[in-house]
Amino acid sequence: MSSPPFRLRTLGAVGSVAALVALAACSSSGSSGGSASSSNSGTVTVAVVSNPLITGQMIPLTQSVFEKQNPGITVKFATYTEGDLRAAIEKDVSTHSNAFNVIMIGPYETPLFAKNGWLTDLTSTYINSDPSYDASDLLPSIAKALSYKNDLYAVPFYGESSMLYYRTDLFKAAGLTMPQHPTWAQVQSFAAKLNVAGKQSGICLRGLAGWGDNMAALDTVVNTFGGEWFNMNWKPQLTSPAFEAATNFYVNLVRQYGEPGASSDSFNQLLTLYGQGKCAMWYDATVAATSIATTYPQIAANTGYAFAPVDKTQSSGWLWTWSLGIPQGTPNAGAAWKFVSWATSKQYDSLVASKYGWAAVPPGTRTSLYSNPSYLAAAKAFAPITIASIDGTDPDHPTVNPVPYIGIQYVDIPQFESLGVQVGQQIAGAIAGTESVSQALQASQSDASQYTPAELSAG
Amino acid sequence: MAVVETGAAPPAMAEVRPRGASRREAWQRRLPLLPALIYTIVVTQVPFLVTLWYSFQNYFFDVPGGAHWTGVSNYSQVFTNPAFRGALWRSVVMTVVAVLVAMILGVAFALLLDRKFIGRSVVRTLIITPFLVMPAAAALVWAGPMLDPNFGLLNYLLEPFGVHHVAWLSTHALGSVIVVLIWQWTPFMTLIVLAGLQGQPADVLEAAKVDGAGTLATFRELTFPFLRPYIELGILLGSIYLVNVFDAVRLMTNGGPGTATTNLPFYLYEEVNNAFDVGGAAATGVVTVVLTIIVATFALRMFARVFQFEGAGS
Repeated sequence: MSSPPFRLRTLGAVGSVAALVALAACSSSGSSGGSASSSNSGTVTVAVVSNPLITGQMIPLTQSVFEKQNPGITVKFATYTEGDLRAAIEKDVSTHSNAFNVIMIGPYETPLFAKNGWLTDLTSTYINSDPSYDASDLLPSIAKALSYKNDLYAVPFYGESSMLYYRTDLFKAAGLTMPQHPTWAQVQSFAAKLNVAGKQSGICLRGLAGWGDNMAALDTVVNTFGGEWFNMNWKPQLTSPAFEAATNFYVNLVRQYGEPGASSDSFNQLLTLYGQGKCAMWYDATVAATSIATTYPQIAANTGYAFAPVDKTQSSGWLWTWSLGIPQGTPNAGAAWKFVSWATSKQYDSLVASKYGWAAVPPGTRTSLYSNPSYLAAAKAFAPITIASIDGTDPDHPTVNPVPYIGIQYVDIPQFESLGVQVGQQIAGAIAGTESVSQALQASQSDASQYTPAELSAG
Repeated sequence: MAVVETGAAPPAMAEVRPRGASRREAWQRRLPLLPALIYTIVVTQVPFLVTLWYSFQNYFFDVPGGAHWTGVSNYSQVFTNPAFRGALWRSVVMTVVAVLVAMILGVAFALLLDRKFIGRSVVRTLIITPFLVMPAAAALVWAGPMLDPNFGLLNYLLEPFGVHHVAWLSTHALGSVIVVLIWQWTPFMTLIVLAGLQGQPADVLEAAKVDGAGTLATFRELTFPFLRPYIELGILLGSIYLVNVFDAVRLMTNGGPGTATTNLPFYLYEEVNNAFDVGGAAATGVVTVVLTIIVATFALRMFARVFQFEGAGS
C-alpha cells in the first residue's frame, strides 16, 4: 500500500500551514502590542459618532490643520452611527483588539471602562505634565461625569443637556406663548394646535431604537413623571404606574402629533426635519442649536429655546458629552494624546471660530467659552440656556425617588448597554404601532428581570 | 454566502474519473488542490469548532473575566427564547414570499421578453438592472429617496390618490423589505426562466398551434412542464440567497421597529453586536447551521433531480 506516505505528507502540509498561520498571528499581535506604545508619531485611528460637529468640522480640520502641524501623525477616522459606534467600541476595548487608538465615548462608558482597566488615566499620564491643556477650565459637571476616582479617563469634545426648540413664527401666528420652563402638558397642547397633518408635525421626537436614541429622550420624560428603571432594591420598575404613564404620554404624543416614521428617527434625522421646517417643536440635545445656527440660518432666526419640559421635577434635561478616550495598551498612545488634546483644546475652539464662525464652536465643555465675548455675541440666543441646562442636571438624583444608580438618560451599569437597546427596540415597536405600550413595557420588564439584583448592583 | 459555493459545487465534482488511473496519478491531480482545501478547512472548519466551543461558554464582551463553562444552558436558552423563534419564522416568511412572488413575476416577464417586439433589448436591460445594483446601495436608495415618509418618491406619487406621509418602514416594515427583495430578485428569476423558454423547441409549439390549442392551454400543457426544472432551480438558488438576507434588513429597518424585521442572520448579528453575548450567539449559530443542513439536504436532493431532468431532456 502506498497510501500511508501520502497521508503523512498531507499531515505535514496541514501542520506547516497551521504553523505558518500561528506564526503570522503571533507576529502581528506582537508588533501591535509591543514597542511603539509611547511613540509620538504614527497612525491614530479614531472611532467617532457621525454627528455634524464631527463630520463637518473635526474630520476636515484634522486633515487640513492637525496633520499639517504634526507631519509624523496620520489620523484615520472610523465614522459610525451612535448605536454602531457603541457596539464597535465595546467589542474593541473589551477584547483588547486595539483597532482604535482613540475612542469617542461618554459619561456612561467612561467610568465603567475605567473601572475595568480598559482606559488610560489621562490625568496622571498626560494632563498633570501638560499645564497648557488647562483641565480645570472644563465644566465641573462634565468633568465629573468623565472621571473615575477623581481622574479624567476621557476629555469632552462637546457637551450637552436637552432642551425644547420651537418655531417663534408659528407660535406667534397661532397666538401661543412658550414659557421658559414649560410642562409636558403644555407642550402637548401646543403640539395639538400646531400639528398640520402632512405638512408640519406639532413636535418632533426621537423614535429610533437605542438607549442613546429614543430612550435618552423618553428617560427624561420618565424621570420627570416620577418613574425609574430600578428601585433601591434593584427591582426593575418598567411596568410601574409612573413609567407606564410617561411612556404612554411619550408614545401617544409622537404618534398623534409627531413626525411620520418616527421609529427610524434620531438626532441627525430630526435635525434635517427641523431644519426643513417640518417641526413646530423639537425636543433634543442642546448641541442642536449650534447646528441649526450654522446650517439652517433662516430657521434659526425663527427659533426659540425653552428648558426641557417637566412634570413632577424642577428640571429634566439629560447630561451627555461626546468625549475622547484612549484605550489602555493602545500603540501610538503619545500621538493619540496629541490628537485628543488638540481636538478638545481652547485652541481648537478658536480654530473652528476662524473657519466657521463663533456660533459653530463645539459647546458645553469649557467654562472659558461662556465668558468669551465673541462666543456670547454669536451664540447669545442659545449659549445661556445651554450652560444653565447643563448646570441644572444631577445624574446622582435623576428622578423623584432616590435610585441606586447614576445617570439621567442611562443607568450606569454594564448590563444597560444591551438592556437599554432591548427596551429601546420595544419602545420603537410601540411608536410604530406594531405593539401596545403595555406589551412593550411588559417585554422590557422581563428583559430587565433576567438580571438578579446582585448582578446589577455589582455593576 | 458560503452556502452558495457549496450549491454550485456538485456539477463540478461530477466530472468522470478515468477508471484505470493509479493512486499516484490521482494524487498528482489532487495535490495542487490541497492548498485550497486546507485553506478552506482553516477558514471554515476551525472557526466552526471555535464556535462550537464558545457555545458551551458563558462569555459576554462587556463583562470582564472572560469565558467560563456553562454546559448546555446557552442551547436551552435558544430553544426557549421567543425572540429566536420569531426570527426563524420571519426568515421563513421573508424567503418564501419573496422567492414565490419573484418567481411568478419572473415567469411573466420571461414570457413577455420571449416575444419579439420593438425595443426588446432595451426592456430586457431595464428588467435585469435591479439585479446588477449592489444590494447595500439598493437598500439605501429604497430606505431613503423611495420610502422616506417626508421626502420619499412613493408618497409623492401616491399623494394624488389621497395617501399622505405613510411611514412605510414603520407601519409596513416587513412588507417593505420583502418588496425590495422581490424587486431585486425578479430579474434573476426572469433570466433563468428566459433561458429555459428560449430552449423550448419551436416545432412542438407549432404542432400545438396546428392542433388548435389556445395560448393558455399551450402554456399549461407544454410550456409550464417544460419550464418546471428551470423554475425549481430558480426557487432553489433564490432561497439559498434570500435565507441569508442581511444587508436589506440592516440598512432599511435595522431589524425594527421592535423586532418586526429581525430575521435569523440579523438576530445573530444583534446577539453579538448589541447583547455582546458570544456564548448565546454561538449556540444560536450552531442551531442555525444544523437547521440549514437539514433543509439543504432536502434542497440538494431536489437540485440533483433538476440536473438529471435537464440532462435527460437535452
